[in-house]
Order: sequence, then structure tokens, then C-alpha cells
Amino acid sequence: MPEAAVQAPELRLEFWADPVSVQQSLAQMLDLPPLSALSDEDRSVAELVLAEVLNNVVEHAYGAGGGRVTVSLTGDPDGIRCRVIDQGRAMPGERLPEGRLPGGPMTALADLPEGGFGWHLIRSLSVGLTYARVNGQNRLGFLLPHGGLDLADGDAPG
Amino acid sequence: MQLQTQTRPKVMSVLVMEDRIDAATAIQFKEKMRDVTRDGPARVVLDMARVQFLDSSGLGAIVAVKKLLGPDRVLELSSLTPTVEKVFRLTRMDSVFTIHPSLEIAVAQAASA
Repeated sequence: MPEAAVQAPELRLEFWADPVSVQQSLAQMLDLPPLSALSDEDRSVAELVLAEVLNNVVEHAYGAGGGRVTVSLTGDPDGIRCRVIDQGRAMPGERLPEGRLPGGPMTALADLPEGGFGWHLIRSLSVGLTYARVNGQNRLGFLLPHGGLDLADGDAPG
Repeated sequence: MQLQTQTRPKVMSVLVMEDRIDAATAIQFKEKMRDVTRDGPARVVLDMARVQFLDSSGLGAIVAVKKLLGPDRVLELSSLTPTVEKVFRLTRMDSVFTIHPSLEIAVAQAASA
């Protein structure tokens, strides 16, 4: 038996990190394997998680300057393995944000949060999230499990 | 970003004519909503029947519109598609908004209020 080589991704897309390119690239990804083979529900979860990850790259890793981002997707028996690589700024403290929802009762209108939902959604809907800062690159990896995760009513880890 | 509004005696409904409210369109959505709700009834129902995709930017924009309406007016939602409903539930924003199963129910409730 030959030694198992590192599996080439089924789909690799590289594009400029801006909101419109992200929207267009997501549409492209959803129409191609491995995402095109998923159930409607799994596809919509994949779209949401990838959108949140990519929007974070646009807004936080690159900001106004922009830059390129690469998405690699591979289907395996557990789900879709995703890798997202950019050359932007590192995550604060070179760690992934916890993605906690704003705490406390959300009764006062002025106190309602208008942001901070992204990492909570990513953590709620993916597993095996990894992050490394290597040679000036942000390397994010995660699995989108088949059949979804959708933990009960926001009881996501972290 | 196209919005279609209908004003009744006690409620204004706003139908989102797009299939997504996302990072690329959230600011536009917020600005158009500000324009169309400038005057009118205290109760505004956002009809989301056509919206198949909402990300955290879109969600943030909907929360921002609720705030823009101020304390004397209210933003309610109707007809969430499954993925959009999931985003509201996972972020617990389903406890912040009144969510109606359909626009008809939302309007009937407003009329009898």
C-alpha cells in the first residue's frame, strides 16, 4: 500500500476579500461539489458558516486594504472539511474569539447588540475548529458535519 | 435592495424583495428601512418570506432598524424561512422580536390590538 498522500481538496477557490466577491464566491461554491451534493439544510448551514468566516476575513483580517483569501473544501464521511487561508492581520492574541453572546436580559432597546453574532454562529454550527498563524498567514480549519449540529437553543460551547 | 411597503390603519408592512440580507447589502437595507419607515403607524412588520439567507451583518441591520424606530414604535417580523429562523434562534434574537408565522396573522393581530 502506498503511503496516504495529503488529499487534494475537491474544490479550491481563491478570490479577493470584499463583500461582493464573498457573495459571488459563495454562490459558486454552493453550485459545485462537494457542497452541491449536500441536503438543502446542510448547504444552507455551510453557506452561513462560510459567509461568517469570510466576512470576518474581509472586515477584520484585511479591513480597508483588502487582500486574497483561499477556501478549500473536501467532502469526507463525517462532513465537509473546510480550510480558509488569508494573509491579513492575525486574530487578536493569535487566538480565536470565544463568540459568546452578549449576556444579560436584552430588554432595554439601546442595549441590544448589533454585532458579535458571527463567531457564535460559526462555533454553534461547526466542529473541530482550529486556527494557526503561520508565516504571516491565518489558517482556519473546521468541519461542517453532515446532518448539522444546531445545538439546542444557542447552548453552543464557549 | 428593494422593499415593498403597504400601510394600513394600524400597521405598516414591509416586504423584502431580495433573497438575501448579507454583509454586501446590510447597510443598504438599513438605510432603505430608515427611509420607508420615517412616517407611518407605530407598528411595522417586516415580511421576510422571500429572504432565504441572513448572516450576522443582516441580523445586526435588523436589530439596528428596531433601534432606529425608537421606543414608541415597534418592529415585528413575519414569515421567516427555515435558515433565517435558525439564525434568530441560535443568537437568541427570537426572544427580542415578536415573530409571526405569516403577514396575515401579524396584520390581524395589529388590527385587533
